[in-house]
Amino acid sequence: MRIKINGEARDVTATTLAALLRELDYEDLTVATALNQAFVRKTDRNRAHLRDGDAVEILTPRQGG
Amino acid sequence: MEQDSLSLYGVALASRLIIGTAQYPSPAILAKAITAAKAEVVTVSLRRESGASRAGENFWSLIREFGVRVLPNTAGCRTVKEAVTTAQMAREVFDTPWIKLEVIGEEDTLQPDVFGLVEAASILARDGFHVFPYTTEDLVVAEKLLGAGCEVLMPWGAPIGSGRGLNNPYGLRALRAHFPNVPLIVDAGIGTPSHAATAMELGYDAVLLNTAIAKAGDPAAMARAFALAVEAGRLGRLADPIEPRDMASPSTPVIGRAFTDLARA
Repeated sequence: MRIKINGEARDVTATTLAALLRELDYEDLTVATALNQAFVRKTDRNRAHLRDGDAVEILTPRQGG
Repeated sequence: MEQDSLSLYGVALASRLIIGTAQYPSPAILAKAITAAKAEVVTVSLRRESGASRAGENFWSLIREFGVRVLPNTAGCRTVKEAVTTAQMAREVFDTPWIKLEVIGEEDTLQPDVFGLVEAASILARDGFHVFPYTTEDLVVAEKLLGAGCEVLMPWGAPIGSGRGLNNPYGLRALRAHFPNVPLIVDAGIGTPSHAATAMELGYDAVLLNTAIAKAGDPAAMARAFALAVEAGRLGRLADPIEPRDMASPSTPVIGRAFTDLARA
């Protein structure tokens, strides 16, 4: 399945957002997720199913003004 | 002097200087600047995870070590949807209802899109967020933001990063006079400590800045300078300054001056 992760197209095997974070080895990182521009809570990632062409955002704390 | 504390959404703060965490030469210098500024609140953001660097993780542990309160932003968001989603993501990651709401409407000035701002503020306030809107000094927009549920307003001094200071002191004074009981914070455009002192003398409750400290030659020294300026401006405001006048008024007593009876050559 081909999805966009943080703007870049990528082939993945995961079918849920939770599995995707495992596949990317982001499991132990402090991240927030969105699927097709809608926020997905940490506790909802297991139920967030991925489809071909989906856009996933994975954000992390950063310096800000 | 009795304790002069600032209350933002029920949180009492002794420091009236809020600083950004971006653009510092190094994390160590950022740490020195936070200490020198005596900041109790710092702004942070969310950006795309790049994977290998763990930059986000390292930054977040540095901020947590300080024990300062964070004010996450929606910097760079250009639509209501982007801003609302970013705010929701920030609330989960940073575990705070506070959000510095930016909806940017114009590329060159990074001017707020005040229409999108009011809409996003309304959505977020209804969802339990404590919204700190980055706005202009427009009184009508301010009224609508308060109506949307904002309890703090953050008008710009000048365009973000410009260092121009207070472009419209008249507008800022009018905003202060119009909303005497709303916490008002000048956010953006501050370049030097005197700009910050002026904002405080105008009666603003706090100042938020980033670039002026981060990009200074000596950020830690500049952070201290800003802390002193904010304190001086606040004290000056509370001490009830004199009114300016057009003509001189001698400060030394006139009565008893010598030579008054002698003709001038």
